[in-house]
Amino acid sequence: MTSIMEPSGVPAGYEAWGDDQHARVGFFTDTSVCIGCKACEVACKEWNLIPADGQDFLAQSYDNTGELNSETWRHVAFIEQEKPLRADDGAVGLRWLMESDVCKHCTHAACLDVCPTGSLFRTEFGTVVVQEDICNGCGYCVPACPFGVIDKRDMKSTANMGHQPDLPSFLGKKEDGRVWKCTLCYDRLKGGHEPACAKACPTKSIQFGPLDELRERADQRLEKLQDEGWNGAQLYLRDPDDGIGGAGAFFLLLDDPEVYGLPPDPVVTTAFLGQMWTNMAAAAAALAVGVVGGFVFGGRK
Amino acid sequence: MGSNMAENHPVGFQWVMEARERGAKVIHVDPRFTRTSAMATKWVGIRPGSDIAFLGGVVNYILQNELYFREYVEHYTNAPVIIDEAYVDTEDADGLFSGWDPEQGQYDVTTWSYEGMETHGAAGQREEGYSPKGEQSGHGGHGGGLKHGEPPSEDPELTHPRCVFQILKRHYQRYTPEFVAETCGVSVEDFAYVCEALVQNSGRERTSAFCYAVGWTQHTVGVQYIRTAAIIQQLLGNMGRPGGGIMALRGHASIQGSTDIPTLYNILPGYLPMPHTENYGSFDNFVQANVAPTGWWGNFEEYWVSLMCAYFGPEASSENDWLFDHLPRIDDDNSVYWTLEQMLDGKVRGYIVAGENPAVGNANGKAHRLAFANLDWMVVRDVVEIESASWWYDSPEIESGELKTEEIPTEIFFMPAATHTEKDGSFTNTQRLLQWHWQAVEPKQDCRSELWFYFHLGRMIKSKLKDSQEPRDLLINKLHWDYPTHSAIREPSAETILKEIGGYEVESGEPLPGYKKLKSDGSTACGCWIYAGCYQNGINQPARKKPHWEQDTHVAPEWAWAWPANRRIIYNRASADPEGNPWSERKKYVYWNGEQETWEGIDTPDFDETKPPDYVPPDDAKGPDAIAGDHPFIMQSDGRSWLYVPQGLEDGPLPTHYEPQESPFDNPLYSQRANPRRQQHKDADWDPYNPIEGEPGFELFPHVLTTYRLTEHHTAGGMTRSIPYLAELQPAFFCEVSPELAEEAGLENGGWATVYTSRSAVEARVLVTRRMKPQTVRGRVTHTVGLPYHWGQRLLTAGDTANDLLHAALDPNVHIMETKAQTCGIRAGRRPRGKALTEFVESLRAQTEKTRPEPEETRKT
Amino acid sequence: MTFPESTVAKDRYAMGLADLLEHWPVVRQLRDGDPLGLGPAVQSQRSKTLTPRIDEAEHVVQSICPYCAVGCGQLVYVKDGEITHIEGDPASPVSRGRLCPKGQASRSYAQSPLREYKVKYRRPYGTQWEELSLDDAMEMIAQRIIDTRAANWQDKTDDGKPANRTMAIGNLGGATLDNEENYLIKKLMTGLGIVQVENQARI
Repeated sequence: MTSIMEPSGVPAGYEAWGDDQHARVGFFTDTSVCIGCKACEVACKEWNLIPADGQDFLAQSYDNTGELNSETWRHVAFIEQEKPLRADDGAVGLRWLMESDVCKHCTHAACLDVCPTGSLFRTEFGTVVVQEDICNGCGYCVPACPFGVIDKRDMKSTANMGHQPDLPSFLGKKEDGRVWKCTLCYDRLKGGHEPACAKACPTKSIQFGPLDELRERADQRLEKLQDEGWNGAQLYLRDPDDGIGGAGAFFLLLDDPEVYGLPPDPVVTTAFLGQMWTNMAAAAAALAVGVVGGFVFGGRK
Repeated sequence: MGSNMAENHPVGFQWVMEARERGAKVIHVDPRFTRTSAMATKWVGIRPGSDIAFLGGVVNYILQNELYFREYVEHYTNAPVIIDEAYVDTEDADGLFSGWDPEQGQYDVTTWSYEGMETHGAAGQREEGYSPKGEQSGHGGHGGGLKHGEPPSEDPELTHPRCVFQILKRHYQRYTPEFVAETCGVSVEDFAYVCEALVQNSGRERTSAFCYAVGWTQHTVGVQYIRTAAIIQQLLGNMGRPGGGIMALRGHASIQGSTDIPTLYNILPGYLPMPHTENYGSFDNFVQANVAPTGWWGNFEEYWVSLMCAYFGPEASSENDWLFDHLPRIDDDNSVYWTLEQMLDGKVRGYIVAGENPAVGNANGKAHRLAFANLDWMVVRDVVEIESASWWYDSPEIESGELKTEEIPTEIFFMPAATHTEKDGSFTNTQRLLQWHWQAVEPKQDCRSELWFYFHLGRMIKSKLKDSQEPRDLLINKLHWDYPTHSAIREPSAETILKEIGGYEVESGEPLPGYKKLKSDGSTACGCWIYAGCYQNGINQPARKKPHWEQDTHVAPEWAWAWPANRRIIYNRASADPEGNPWSERKKYVYWNGEQETWEGIDTPDFDETKPPDYVPPDDAKGPDAIAGDHPFIMQSDGRSWLYVPQGLEDGPLPTHYEPQESPFDNPLYSQRANPRRQQHKDADWDPYNPIEGEPGFELFPHVLTTYRLTEHHTAGGMTRSIPYLAELQPAFFCEVSPELAEEAGLENGGWATVYTSRSAVEARVLVTRRMKPQTVRGRVTHTVGLPYHWGQRLLTAGDTANDLLHAALDPNVHIMETKAQTCGIRAGRRPRGKALTEFVESLRAQTEKTRPEPEETRKT
Repeated sequence: MTFPESTVAKDRYAMGLADLLEHWPVVRQLRDGDPLGLGPAVQSQRSKTLTPRIDEAEHVVQSICPYCAVGCGQLVYVKDGEITHIEGDPASPVSRGRLCPKGQASRSYAQSPLREYKVKYRRPYGTQWEELSLDDAMEMIAQRIIDTRAANWQDKTDDGKPANRTMAIGNLGGATLDNEENYLIKKLMTGLGIVQVENQARI
């Protein structure tokens, strides 16, 4: 039996789908071909009818989105470096890294573990989705996420949207208050369509497909880039043995994760929850780690 | 070069990325390190305005090292042609070509001709001052005098001192790698990398392509930028071949279409010239002045008469010369900046603006807004209330007090427009592909398509004037203006209009299969000869949407329709060698099938299908028949591509490095600093130029200013600053500066800066970035200030307008302004507001003593 | 009407909806082998019946992106006379179903909160916009053209050459418009003797 206390390579809740189970799918985001156009950000918002995120000039290269949050489920980071793109290319010494970040759809997803309402669940595609009709806005999941992805929406669900023909007017007039994040376009998957961001991506930096295939493709891609001498090429969250059991959405980066504002060695914040049964103090400490982790990585700007 | 493809054509850039992944070298030569540079194999940071020096250096490298594609150059270009002995090169006349008239400020081009050629049309019209001006007019081979398509004197050995090849060699011999490095602010090594990459990837087995955009066109010597690339591509044999060519990356959905079917003053559909006020005497004389004896322009009369039949239906006939005597005439540059000047002078009374935002998008925005206040009436059609509609109550001039709302006499009609989803129609994309878009929903309330607006406007005007006997109303009353309408709003049928554009047989109404069927006897009508056949067999060809995976080749000929004749690569006969065989198996495209005696391949051959490679035209051959079997460039009167352009350009047969109108440097080659033929607005006070070196106030504007677009916005912003999801991605007008300039000027990242020129001052948020690289040019460090130009005073994200800073000195051939290289000053903090802004700019101008330098060409020559 | 999509997903993930089971979650947790309630046991009714709205479109129209000149294919999904979504058209050999942020925002462009739906009129020296019917506006514009043209007509140039024109009216715009629209503009303006016809080709 799959248990949250004993992480294995299989996402909790996934096998329970039985005959309804589909191959686990995800994203492989290959930053070596990302042109930073932000089509993914817009495609996501257009499909999911997400409220606008407000206008702030951040003076952080071409990034004016800043982070993943309840209104931004894809976020393109821009990093300007005085480093050559390739190790043997000494002449330029300037490169501009771009990376489209997204919910990782972790194999061991702490948000899912801590959700008391069953709003967050593991879908038949192996993805992690917030069910907007269940979420009561308790927010336990927010600090649980080691990546600071999941976020509470404070604004009214219909604010700042113009007229949207089919935006659900959920509970009418009250503040939204629920948590939101990438669903890997759960509805599109159910209809047999690839997620909006992957479909739009002009250079196929965002690739969608069965996770097994993506991992294989990523390994080949890494090998090619290493052969070509690309500086710092590495896979991130591809490994099923890492602290979150590998991610459903993983990345090929051109530098260490910290450079992109990603935690270098994320651990599922509920990893030590099992000890709670025998040692309450340890459990409390673990929870504290989770909370701190949430702030550290969630506060990433 | 001259393009930021990844940012401005992201989806087109997928093909570049795919090529890179398959081993192609992607080189980006650009002043800024952009998202394109980030993806390139190599970025070379070049000083704005120095591209001809760079490209001329490549030409020199190819020639000096004998790395050109000999067979291609000898057979397909005009390299062997001997030029008139009166021709004098800039290298021998300190920056001027022969024929310069300092009084008129223009060239007499007769000395640029091929030796032994009559340079004028048979009727001699051109000698009397008729010279087609402006964009695309002349288009290749109008020139007469060639017998059976061959220039009179040639040297196939390419050694004659006056042959084009040798002239070219001498013209560029000073463009050494060291000269390029000094002038462009690049390293000799980087320059060598580009040269070697181009040469190594050209030839029989490989091809290289240039991609450019307005980074090349928007200079006072812009056309010659592109010409220099054309010389390289001819020398390397990269034209008319797959993977080669020069790709113009155009920035609006149908900017290609609006040039082919022009909303331009100087041409009619299919690049036919607007008639000049010149008194031709007769229609025949007009034809004689424009027809080319050889090449495809030999069918000028067929194209012209068919257009008149489309315009006027049965009212045009050979008896009335197809109404030629009644057509409006031009006699000047009547382009948009000329109109602006006329507007400022009060000569233009009414202005219709449809889907364009000149108050933000045109250089010297303030002049445009002040000009609008001189109109009696103005119509603005757009989907949102853009700055060009609201200027009378919220423009910067209202803020500064230069305009007062209650004193502005202009009557304004804002007409809400329909979007592409609310109408049927076709766009012509950047590779000449006509693509149909179907209407998805009905436009709401008062929103209407331009098709609706202009059709009903014309219908109403015609109805009001139908009984008029005024001579001026004759033409409008004869205009064929009968289109079926549909739906409750009476939307005209776009398909019917497409059919008229594509041509039909007058008697039967049957659509024509192509331009070869056009007649000069009135039996065919065709609204745009190069689009002839786009409705062949009664099928809307642009609406063909056969998925690419169901097509046999990557050419995908059954997706949409390319002009002409659904040809995807023009001049593709050059993809085969003179004998008609593919240059290589790898680059096989269109070739001669000796058994079938026909040209074939994966594209429509751009050649007479049955003309063999060894065809030699008889002495009396005319039109297309006068083009030899091994001459692929069939629109030219000699069937060859032109390394050297004997006619058709205003500013010289060969590209020469000139500094921009405003530049921190003088010309390292000549005392002639800038393009002598550039258009300046010398007699007006609305377009003052920053001083150049040696003039008072030069030090006020020490930096180079360049403007551009971002992925997240589109041109003047009407279609993007109105969208929340895009506004938030680039929410503020900003300037990009290097850390060095930030340090020097006290600018803080995220803070504010004021950028100023003699025209105006704007404020922008500051983005300090290593991607803006100071350049060392002739021992002096120069900084470039980068400004995206999308912002105006309104919509979801508002900001100052970069174009307010820019002057409107123009390229003489196409009347395009120099937005890519001007000079400016920059200081920390926000700009003065209200009246103080005008005072600030006036104080700058006062310090320049004389605000308008004497044109230095008259001073120095 | 449906269109082929370039995704591998179509065959692999297309499914019929599972029979809807309305049970107390705890029962479902135990019965479905999902004791922790992380998967199917907690799937809500909404999640079960979720359908992508492009599958609910009444019709889908093939279109072309209105921004730059690459000319990417678009699919416009329509329901109840409104656009519900726009995404890339995979059939296009130009774009292969991909779109940039602008093209991807085309629905928001057509449905911009700033979109104007009514004619606005500013009279000479007026200080605010006024309402005007479309018919009246058309009538007034037609008359302005006729009057301005009549008052500023040149049969001949100053030196007696044929002119047949008015230099008092200009028309600007075209690069964002359709070929057919450009055709009508140039044709009408030529018929009217208006020669100052220009577009974005020079900017």
